[in-house]
Amino acid sequence: MFDAVLWISVTFISLAMIGLIYRVIKGPTVADRVVALDAIGISLVSVVALVSIVLETSAFLDIILLIGILAFIGTVAFSKFLEKGVIMEYDRNGDR
Amino acid sequence: MSLLHLAVLSPLLLAILIPFLHKYFKNIHTGWFLLPLPAVLFAYFLQFISTTSHGGTVMETVAWISSLGINFTLKVDGLGLLFALLITGIGALVVLYSIYYLNPDKEKLNTFYVYLLLFMGAMLGVVLSDNLIVLYTFWELTSFSSFLLIGYWNHRERSRYGAQKSMLITVFGGLSMLGGILMLYIITGTFSISETIQMSNEVVNHPLFTATLILFLLGAFTKSAQFPFHIWLPDAMEAPTPVSAYLHSATMVKAGIYLVARMTPVFAHSGTWVWLVAGVGVLTLFWGSFSAVKQTDLKAILAFSTVSQLGMIMSLLGAGAAALHYGTIEDGYYIVAVTAAVFHLINHATFKGSLFMVTGIIDHETGTRDIRKLGGLMNFMPITFTLAIIGTFSMAGIPPFNGFLSKEMFFTGMLRVAEMDFFNMDTWGILFPIIAWSASVFTFLYSMMYVFKTFTGKYQPEKLEKKPHEAPIGMLISPVILASLVIIFGIFPNVLSHNIISPAMGSILPSLLENGEGFDVHISHWHGPTAELFMTIGVIAFGLLLYKFMPKWAGIYSKLPSRMSFNRFYDRGLELLELTSKNITKSYMTGFIRTYLVYIFSFFILALASTLIFKNAFQLDLSDVAPIRFFEVVLVLIMAVSAITILFAKSRLTSIILLGAVGYTVALFFVLFRAPDLALTQLVIETVSVALFLLAFYHLPQIRRNEERIRFRATNALISIAVGAIVTMIALSAHSNKTFGSISEYYVENTYKKAGGENMVNVILVDFRGFDTMFEIAVLGIAALGIFAMIKLRLTRGRELDENK
Repeated sequence: MFDAVLWISVTFISLAMIGLIYRVIKGPTVADRVVALDAIGISLVSVVALVSIVLETSAFLDIILLIGILAFIGTVAFSKFLEKGVIMEYDRNGDR
Repeated sequence: MSLLHLAVLSPLLLAILIPFLHKYFKNIHTGWFLLPLPAVLFAYFLQFISTTSHGGTVMETVAWISSLGINFTLKVDGLGLLFALLITGIGALVVLYSIYYLNPDKEKLNTFYVYLLLFMGAMLGVVLSDNLIVLYTFWELTSFSSFLLIGYWNHRERSRYGAQKSMLITVFGGLSMLGGILMLYIITGTFSISETIQMSNEVVNHPLFTATLILFLLGAFTKSAQFPFHIWLPDAMEAPTPVSAYLHSATMVKAGIYLVARMTPVFAHSGTWVWLVAGVGVLTLFWGSFSAVKQTDLKAILAFSTVSQLGMIMSLLGAGAAALHYGTIEDGYYIVAVTAAVFHLINHATFKGSLFMVTGIIDHETGTRDIRKLGGLMNFMPITFTLAIIGTFSMAGIPPFNGFLSKEMFFTGMLRVAEMDFFNMDTWGILFPIIAWSASVFTFLYSMMYVFKTFTGKYQPEKLEKKPHEAPIGMLISPVILASLVIIFGIFPNVLSHNIISPAMGSILPSLLENGEGFDVHISHWHGPTAELFMTIGVIAFGLLLYKFMPKWAGIYSKLPSRMSFNRFYDRGLELLELTSKNITKSYMTGFIRTYLVYIFSFFILALASTLIFKNAFQLDLSDVAPIRFFEVVLVLIMAVSAITILFAKSRLTSIILLGAVGYTVALFFVLFRAPDLALTQLVIETVSVALFLLAFYHLPQIRRNEERIRFRATNALISIAVGAIVTMIALSAHSNKTFGSISEYYVENTYKKAGGENMVNVILVDFRGFDTMFEIAVLGIAALGIFAMIKLRLTRGRELDENK
């Protein structure tokens, strides 16, 4: 019973991801896509968490944390790219 | 290492010393250091006559590559000795002549004599080797040294052309011969010529026989300038005259003759051999003498004459091989052809050598070799004129010179070919004497042209560069010796018959002899009013007529040969070869990576699909597949949709984001299939590569920024679908064809027990199979250094590498 509930949750989150993928593909702006990707990352966190329960293992807890960090870094990188055109700035001292 | 081996290798050893001698004894002409060697070798080889004239042979072996049956075996028998004497004897005379011919101040004598010695040693090796591979080695060495000698004046374009042409043709033949040697080895299992001759019956009945025979003959025909491979010889006349006299009349061009004579006991039991050797020989004889008449350069006349005379010897060897059909000496009807071949071989070497030297003298003293500019030299150069008379009359076959004797015997041989009633000779055999006779008419014609257009007629001083005068005495010694030999062999032909000709014939036709027996050779001037005599009279009469009315009919030359020239065929062929290969290369090497990828993937599809189909490899076995869950279907769907959408994305940024989505989904799959370490790594790597893609995207050049959709190409679509389908099929087949279980049980059991870890993946990476990991680390290190180098090192053309800048 508990298992079934978990699988239903996983399925719903997957459906949510399909919706997000639709947003990634459709756009219309890059910002839409980036937000969608960020949301996919968070959905992944929940999927991994649910799957860990199903599989009865704690091996994937690292991954949950990692996805959290990466989704943040990735979104920040994209945002900076959209804002400034570069991710890392070289000209700290005025020369390259 | 016996004395015989030392004798064969001594020219090669002396060649090492020549540059030093040239450098340290500048006042002495380098040729003088060379001269004693061939003379001593000649004397040394003369000693063997006492052995070979009784049918004996001398054999010496030095191990070389014994494990492969390749030994440096030398064998002196009648045939080898005859050639060795020719090589050393004429070699000595040519060296003497070259001392006076080549100017030590203007020419690079050191290279000349090194090449000449290389050639002499190689040639001795060819004729005395009993091992076919050793023979081939020396054979190619003669090709190379001849190449170097023809191109001696390498600043001239024609020399380089001639050298290249002779190289291409003779090496083509040499390689064919190597093929023949290897096939013969397959048949007999030995490289030794003597042993091969013992097994000639097996050779003839082997299915590879015809191929072997043709390959051997290709080698012999190219080397001996037989039709249609004769075209290199006239162009080889760009070499210095001593070289032409030595290589292209007396020795190297006879290597093919030697090979045919040497292999006669092996191959000649078949009609193919008789027909090919005799037929090609007669054809060469006619074509060479016919072409010689139209030449205006003295050396070109002699070159075509050499071609023609070599054809004559070749046809005689072919005709003489018919004697083996009967297998006894009693029916000696056809043996006369072999006698004639050996005799003419000697005669040709003597008179052609002297004629080349005469040409060299004329060239040296007048500055030209063009017969249209020469004339009336008789009074200026009486000795040279006498020498020319002797040489040309012998060449034309006029008594009392030695050419007459061999020409008579040649006619006898050809007449007997026409009478053969085996090997299907009775059909076309009658053509042999007819072609031979007409070729002799042309031979007579060009011989007369050579001597009379040069030495008689009107003296034209305005066309000559120098005032002609008689040559220095040193230059005349060698041709005088050769011309005296022409006369001596002409008047006393039997000095040769017992000591030289008979043992040589014994080597060519060994199966006809019982133990200790020898051929009874007797050459006589007068053998009654036979058909041959009337043929000779006819040749002279008809030749005189043609010579007299030459201006009236010479017009046919301007029409006929230009169309039937093999040089044009060769030149055009070479041009076409280069052009076609260039075009072919151009057609597929487009310079676009996408084209090459199409080739690679097409090959991938073809190779794998054909294996799947023809090996019946595709299998589908669903007995042990896991059940598919809904969640997995959704994930696959997400991944597939993202992947396909990448292809249709309008902007690059979308593609990158979609690629990231695919990567994260893969990570999710890793989670689902219980691979936490993989999932961790995959997530990090995916993020980093998306960031790198963004970096690369930003740096794309301005022009390309107008973002375009990927253009649709049917071929590409087809290929990509096919690749995907095939990989899928192979994966399915591989899954269905599992023959044994996994070895992972071992790791499961021993990860903690033996390695002391609980994480199996990590234990495998650093413990069980840590070696791979080490090199993966190396790969990453190299990649990092490479990126650093590519970014930092910006050398432009002409700028030096300087760390401080």
